Amino acid sequence: MVFNNWRIRRVGQAVFTVWAVLTLSFALVRLMPGNPMGAMLVQLEQSGMNPARARELVEARLSVRPDEPIPIAYVNYLTSTVQGDLGQSIASGEPVANEIAQALPWTLFVMSWSLCITFILGVVVGALMAYWEGGRLDVGLTSWAILMGSIPFYVLAFLLLIFLSYRFGWFPAGGKYVAGTEPGFNLPFISGVVYHAILPVISMLVASGVASLGMRGNSIRVLGSDYLRVARLRGLSDLTISSQYVARNAILPMYTTLLISIGEMFGGSVVLEQVFQYKGLGYYLYRAVNIRDYPRMMGGFMVITIAVVIALFIADMTYSMIDPRAGGSSNESY
Amino acid sequence: MTDRDHRETLTDALDGTCTDGGTPTPFETVSQVTETREDKFRNVYDTYVRAPLSIVWGDWRARIGFAIILCYLLMGTVGTVVIEPTAPAEGPALAQPFETMDYPLGTTDMGRDLFSQVVHSTQEMLKMITAGALFSVTLGTVVGAVAGYKGGWVDTVLSAITDVFINIPGFPLVMVLVAIFEMGENPYMIGILLSVASWSGLARAIRSQVLTLRHESFVESARTMGLPTHVIVSKEIVPPLLPYIVINLTNAARRVIFEAAALYYLGILPFEDLNWGVTLQLAYEAEAHARPQALHWFLVPMAAITGISIGLILLGQSLDRVFNPRVRARHEKTTADDDTLEATTH
Repeated sequence: MVFNNWRIRRVGQAVFTVWAVLTLSFALVRLMPGNPMGAMLVQLEQSGMNPARARELVEARLSVRPDEPIPIAYVNYLTSTVQGDLGQSIASGEPVANEIAQALPWTLFVMSWSLCITFILGVVVGALMAYWEGGRLDVGLTSWAILMGSIPFYVLAFLLLIFLSYRFGWFPAGGKYVAGTEPGFNLPFISGVVYHAILPVISMLVASGVASLGMRGNSIRVLGSDYLRVARLRGLSDLTISSQYVARNAILPMYTTLLISIGEMFGGSVVLEQVFQYKGLGYYLYRAVNIRDYPRMMGGFMVITIAVVIALFIADMTYSMIDPRAGGSSNESY
Repeated sequence: MTDRDHRETLTDALDGTCTDGGTPTPFETVSQVTETREDKFRNVYDTYVRAPLSIVWGDWRARIGFAIILCYLLMGTVGTVVIEPTAPAEGPALAQPFETMDYPLGTTDMGRDLFSQVVHSTQEMLKMITAGALFSVTLGTVVGAVAGYKGGWVDTVLSAITDVFINIPGFPLVMVLVAIFEMGENPYMIGILLSVASWSGLARAIRSQVLTLRHESFVESARTMGLPTHVIVSKEIVPPLLPYIVINLTNAARRVIFEAAALYYLGILPFEDLNWGVTLQLAYEAEAHARPQALHWFLVPMAAITGISIGLILLGQSLDRVFNPRVRARHEKTTADDDTLEATTH
């Protein structure tokens, strides 16, 4: 029962977060001094447009009506956004939702691979370090992990770009797929997509350095605990001990690290995609901010946030499946 | 005062050295050992300064970390006075690094000295780091500790806010805020802005640790004594978590550097003086990544960012070693020789 309750609360929390983000966007667009609405009006009027026409355009693009009283504008904004209307781009006049729908899958593709590989690499390397703790392998891998953790992902991205694509020409320096291939389920297209995604994914793997250090610490802690000695005394096989006792208990805290890195990775996609000229959602957001295309900017920000909300939600749900303790906590008030 | 002295004083008191003829109780007794201000100071110094420092000194990682951070601090303070600021066309275009002593790290295609750029960027970066790290760690600790200790509706509200911020990816939020508010160039403000969402992870971690602390007997007794909440939180709840908080300072600092450099690189933050991120941006715009003879222009700011980050991460790691008894527990059992220093200083 507690379990179900916890799930319902978690759904409520996700919905609450989305609402909070929408409200924040509205507040930024509408209420703040120097807000996009005002800025856009000024921008258009200065370019010689008459004020009435400028208002119409702002209304169409931002889906915020300048004359409406704020509570009504707020309700309208919420309903239209929930229905998928994110306004129209100033630069292209296209609906922002359509543009984002085209950019989003690429970012999700790169991010999901980066996350999976980071997590697996972190766990495996961390376990190896803990197993041979103090040995040469441990020292070597720890130094490697510290170095990886110290490099911002975009620095690694630059290094990969400079050497692997510009110097040696092994990988493409930009783009998402091989020009000329037909998008769809055919081999040349898919292999081209994978080929273009390799460098961005590798750049994101710097996060595995910190993850593996975390895993190392967890494993060492578990290895030193009493119940492990008892398990050995009971004569359980090494395999059972390492998979059921050590791995499981050491990986559980890693989940929190993973959760935090989801948001950081999605946020980082802005820089990553700019470096590789990989035209996903991050690149889209970057362009929007650079040319101050407010509808695109707010739309991109909202979608990237909602993507993180959903990713975290999925992660939390699966976590409660592995860890039976999740969710139950005393909330007595003092 | 050692434990033994303490016990002796107590027994003396119980033996009945009372002068007014009433029943002797320990509550009426004045301690026979007076602790002067100097003693107090020495105790604090021993536990909080000398012991950690001597542990740290036994660890090579910590030594390197401290040395690196010290270098950057010197660069940001003394360096700006000693090294002249750079101007365009002061040297040959794209001089290679380590060729002449005039331009130790080479020059840009405008002939600006890269070494001087790195040194003069440091101060602003350090200001950003300090402001950002302190802001996010303070806010995270306060929110997490209060939410975890108070429980009830306070916890519900604070946790809801924390969860919202955990779900918002910090970098895009900062981008949008910068675009809308047209930030000034005050490095402290930029540092705080960069940390506007990053306190939430720490707040959640602190809260979950406080949840286990709130049932400890020393917290319960403080509550029974009727101490106000802010005293309990600041005097009882936060001190045991200090090690964790201090380690998080270094992480927060790293995040501020990474994000600041990235924002400057993307050309989103306004700038007047050059800094590591701006240098990267200029190099990228000049296509330094595609030109082998301009490669150093890219590598110098990247090395500056990575260097301070390595310093901070090493520092964090060694602090973890100093503070974390759980990580140490197993070491002390298996490799006693190695850790005698740690054992004696504590």
